[in-house]
Amino acid sequence: MAPDTKHLEVTLETHVESVNLAEEMCLRVAESAGFGEDDCYRIGMSVREGVINAFHYGNQERPDKKIHLAVDITPEKMIIHVLDEGKGFDLSCVPDPLAQENLLSTSGRGIFLMRAFMDEFEVVAGRTGGAEIIMSKKLPSGSDSSTNNQGGQSASPQQGA
Amino acid sequence: MELRATYRDAGAVTVVDIGGRITLGEGSALLRKTIRELLQEGRTKILLNLADVNYIDSSGIGELVTAFTTVKKSSGDLKLLHLTKKVHDLLQLTKLFTVFDVYSDENTALSSFR
Repeated sequence: MAPDTKHLEVTLETHVESVNLAEEMCLRVAESAGFGEDDCYRIGMSVREGVINAFHYGNQERPDKKIHLAVDITPEKMIIHVLDEGKGFDLSCVPDPLAQENLLSTSGRGIFLMRAFMDEFEVVAGRTGGAEIIMSKKLPSGSDSSTNNQGGQSASPQQGA
Repeated sequence: MELRATYRDAGAVTVVDIGGRITLGEGSALLRKTIRELLQEGRTKILLNLADVNYIDSSGIGELVTAFTTVKKSSGDLKLLHLTKKVHDLLQLTKLFTVFDVYSDENTALSSFR
C-alpha cells in the first residue's frame, strides 16, 4: 500500500443491519475526505447496494459467512471494496434493469446504481472465492485527504452484530 | 429513520402517508404489509404520498414495484404523490417514471382515479 493511502477495513456479519453499518462507516470516511452532500449520498447508496449484493446474492443470507468491507483513501480517490464469501458471479450475465422486459422486476438494480453513482466500478474474483466489488470516486478538487482525521493506520475491527 | 405509514380515506381513494427510509429490512417490510392490509380490506385505489420519504434504495424500489404490480393484479391502481428530489431522480434513473403515475398535487392525483 502506498504510504499516502489511508486504509480501513471491517468484517461484517451477514445480517441486514450490516448494510446500515457499512453505509454509516463509509459516509463518515467520505465526509472526512471532503466529499459534498450529493457525493456522500451517492457513495452511501453504492456501499449499501454493494453490501446488499454480498448479503443477499453472494452469501445467500447465510450467517456463517462474512462480508469484508475495505476503504482506501488515496490522494486521488476513495476506493471501496466489498468482498463476499459466495460463489462469485459474471457481471456480463446481470440483466439490464432498464430493458423494457425488466422494468417491473422487483430486484436487480443494485449493480446499475453502483455503476451510475461511482466513477469506477468492477467485479473481480475475490480471495475467498466470492465476488469482490471494487468501486471508486475521485476526491473533490481542493480537498486534502492528509488533513482529515482518519489517521494513517490500518484497522481491522471485527463487527460482531 | 424508520419508516412510518398511516392511511386516510379521500373518497374512493386511500391515501397512504409514508415517511422515513424505504430500504432493505423493516422499511420495505412495512410497505409490503401496509399494501397487503389495504387490499385485504378491499381498498384497491391507492395513492402513496412520499413527501416525507427522504431515502430509498434498490430494495425500496423493488418494494414499490411489488406494490404496483400487486395492486394492479387486484384490478386496482397505485399512484405516487409528492416525490422528494432524491426519489424523483432515482425513479428517473431507473426509468420507473415511465411506469408509475406520479403527481405533485393531491387533488389532481385523486381525480385521476376512475
